[in-house]
Amino acid sequence: MTRSRSAGAGRQYDAIIIGGGHNGLVTAAYLARAGRRVLVLERRYLVGGAAVTEEVVPGFKFSVFSYVVSLLRPEIIRDLSLPAHGLEVLPLESTVTPMFNGDYLAAWPDADRTRREIARHSPRDAEAYEEYGRLMGLMAMAVKPIIGMVPPDPTSLSLRDLRGLLKVGRHFQSLSDRHFHLLYKLMTMSAADFLDEWFESDVLKATKSASGIIGTFMGPRTPGSAYVLLHHYMGEIDGAYRAWGFARGGTGAISESIASAARAMGADIRLDAEVARVRVRDGRATGVVLANGDEIEAATVVSSLDPRRTFLTLVAESDLPDEFVADVRRFKIRGSSGKVNLALSGLPDFTCMPGVGPHLRGAMSISPSLEYVERAYDDAKYGSFSRQPYMDMILPSVIDPGMAPPGKHVMSVFVQYAPSTITGGWDDTRREAFGDAVVDALAAFAPNIRDLIIQRQVLTPADIERITGLTEGNIFQGELALHQLFFLRPLPGWAQYRTPVRGLWQCGSGTHPGGGIMGAGGRLAALEILGQNA
Amino acid sequence: MTSALPGTPFHARTAPLVEGQTWRRWAGYVVASSYELHHDREYHAIRSSAALFDVSPLYKYHVRGRDAVRLLDRVVTRDISRAAAGQVLYTPWCDGQGKVLDDGTVAILSPELIRMTSADPGYRWLAANARGLSVEIEDASDSVAALALQGPNARTILEQAAGVALGTLRFFRLTTALVRGVPVTVTRTGYTGDLGYEIWMDAAHALSVWDALIAAGSDYGITPAGMLALDVARIEAGLLLLDVDYVSARKALIESQKSSPLELGLEWAVSFEKPAFVGRQTLVAEREHPAEWKFVGVEVDWESLESLYQDVGLAPRLPTTAWRTSVPLYERGTEQQVGYATSGCWSPLLKRYLTLAHLEAPYAEPGRTLEMEITVEHRRQRAVSRVSALPFFNPERKRA
Repeated sequence: MTRSRSAGAGRQYDAIIIGGGHNGLVTAAYLARAGRRVLVLERRYLVGGAAVTEEVVPGFKFSVFSYVVSLLRPEIIRDLSLPAHGLEVLPLESTVTPMFNGDYLAAWPDADRTRREIARHSPRDAEAYEEYGRLMGLMAMAVKPIIGMVPPDPTSLSLRDLRGLLKVGRHFQSLSDRHFHLLYKLMTMSAADFLDEWFESDVLKATKSASGIIGTFMGPRTPGSAYVLLHHYMGEIDGAYRAWGFARGGTGAISESIASAARAMGADIRLDAEVARVRVRDGRATGVVLANGDEIEAATVVSSLDPRRTFLTLVAESDLPDEFVADVRRFKIRGSSGKVNLALSGLPDFTCMPGVGPHLRGAMSISPSLEYVERAYDDAKYGSFSRQPYMDMILPSVIDPGMAPPGKHVMSVFVQYAPSTITGGWDDTRREAFGDAVVDALAAFAPNIRDLIIQRQVLTPADIERITGLTEGNIFQGELALHQLFFLRPLPGWAQYRTPVRGLWQCGSGTHPGGGIMGAGGRLAALEILGQNA
Repeated sequence: MTSALPGTPFHARTAPLVEGQTWRRWAGYVVASSYELHHDREYHAIRSSAALFDVSPLYKYHVRGRDAVRLLDRVVTRDISRAAAGQVLYTPWCDGQGKVLDDGTVAILSPELIRMTSADPGYRWLAANARGLSVEIEDASDSVAALALQGPNARTILEQAAGVALGTLRFFRLTTALVRGVPVTVTRTGYTGDLGYEIWMDAAHALSVWDALIAAGSDYGITPAGMLALDVARIEAGLLLLDVDYVSARKALIESQKSSPLELGLEWAVSFEKPAFVGRQTLVAEREHPAEWKFVGVEVDWESLESLYQDVGLAPRLPTTAWRTSVPLYERGTEQQVGYATSGCWSPLLKRYLTLAHLEAPYAEPGRTLEMEITVEHRRQRAVSRVSALPFFNPERKRA
């Protein structure tokens, strides 16, 4: 990397990172750690992108978009000493699914308790559940090396790609037949079909299948959704797969800790600094131009934005090959989810589990049956938000009392489906109608919820795009579908964080291995830029 | 007559909370190992909100009279004569050969009333050293109940329960207060390395104080927590534990089992200027030579641990609770054992595998690489480990 002058900033930079989301910050921290002079440019007033905590209602802190953490790579936590910079992950131990008949299904932190609970619904499933969990853990371990490597290009004959392919091949060969077949099924089947092979209880399958649809424009019966199921199993906390947690201080605390680590290593972070375009000369990136007209030079420019925003708005079309631009346009992004954040005057009272109890410390899943979830998808398929949506809810203030004033609470409701394009388009009326649908669906299981709401924040995919810049409000910066994974993510031939513009790199969730607060793309991109990937 | 061990004065409140009947013995009482089936949440409460511990089984002695200060000054290694009323001191105490008998706190309630806490019974040692002094020693172990309220929200909760401002109560100072009409002593102390207080009261009124704290703390995440959670926190805080990290000179069967305060990292707590205290002579002499042993932190390297497990096709197994066994430490790449770890845990907060260890002094400088024995699938392996300064965790709020 060559040193170059920056204009106006008073400091010269080797690398500019566009976007202060978690991946951009991770890239910045790793580059700074290697001694590079790094500048992060964030359009908003705070870092985090979709991983932010904001006091939308005075005294009430919302994890506005992303709300739980599991996938954040442990090597990043270690390399950047994130706990020393304030990262503290609290356990999120249970999942309770209320049912329409007044019953519920619960998964508790204790395996025996969970087995007994599931046995109420199906004695067979109760035992299958543990084996399923074990196997999914093994599968997550099996794909872990893939998550941690720069995808080799199978069409390339370069020594490095061939070596990478050999590594992948050897790795898969090391799996037993049974495990390899299972992995193949996970890559191709629908979540519902895959779960049918394991379980008979409908409410159990519905709740499990939810992990297969989160963030995607697929229903539980859509082929390919089983992979997303696995993606959500890859989270490791303390060596245990499939452990989910809540960051103390909300999701923004994760971003703040990465930003703090990056700063400690010498990176500069400039807020309220929107990048208008990437400067390109003779096929080479030379810096960026800000929306206010400022120009900043750097020989390395890294975009953490999604592929469409990066290549269709920041780079002039004339600087990119036509075929590449066509591929970018074909890249499937498709927003499918919304978010409702509630400031509450008290705790919701669920009909299935009245009063205050341990269930309020975990997730509540509105997924009473597979048909319920699939019908929610049907609405989206035909251009509407789900009238009865799938919802994943937590009460952050119960886990971390600092999230709300004493005695008050915040509730985070992830909602699916809310397609990015609905018939007639998103406007204020439809946003409120969507918010009403969410509260109605919630009230079916916790009737007191309406009386508790002090204020609500309803975020449609259009709002998510407007605030964070994520195209179509897609939380993964692009569908996690087989045709867009590994050496195809984001685009065939461009999976190694490079772009057709020399010196311009990509590091967001749109790159391998994809979304969730994982940071893997940000880390791999930085190592690739530094030439440190084997 | 029942043969069951008694509960503490808080038993009526704690017993219904122990979901798995996971009790452990402590000084002739039973206390909760954990209240929930797993101690994770109880641990996190220490670091993120507030944990409430029943620490009543601690041995407690009241020393009254004109010579109370003189007695303590004679027994412990720190200088009590220069401490003011309202101060609390952590201190070890030694036998005549300067080997540690026990460690605990000395709270100066008034110029003529001192409360000493200890891990082992200490009445006889106090009495033996009181010859010629005008003091009265009372074993208050059963009559005084104690709670530890630890965590970032501890101050807010206690302020509300006691109706007093505690912002000016400094680290290792004490004050008195009324909680629901019950007189209590509040000390800014604890065994977690966090912001925290210990609350001392007449055992007869213990339940009122418990109820008041729970009521005041419900909006601030107060969580009753057991010994398993405490054990992790004290390792993070680098606080040693009698019978685990060291052997009392009173119980040692052979000389090498004994430790001097200098070998336990407690040199700071030895007041060499004091003209006389038990063990002084030996300690002064010992100070002239560098200690042969050091008590330090040793951290197990994650990549090394992971690769040992990867070799057998497993994800790394981390200890789910703190362990208390002696584990050999080796010079890197040789067969030479240079020390042993006595406590260890995975820190859920720091995401690091921490141990407390005794090392031969030449191997104890922070940053040095060693190897720790670790059993992976029934086979002895060695994981790369690194010496670290203690404490591992030391938040500003602890003293702020």
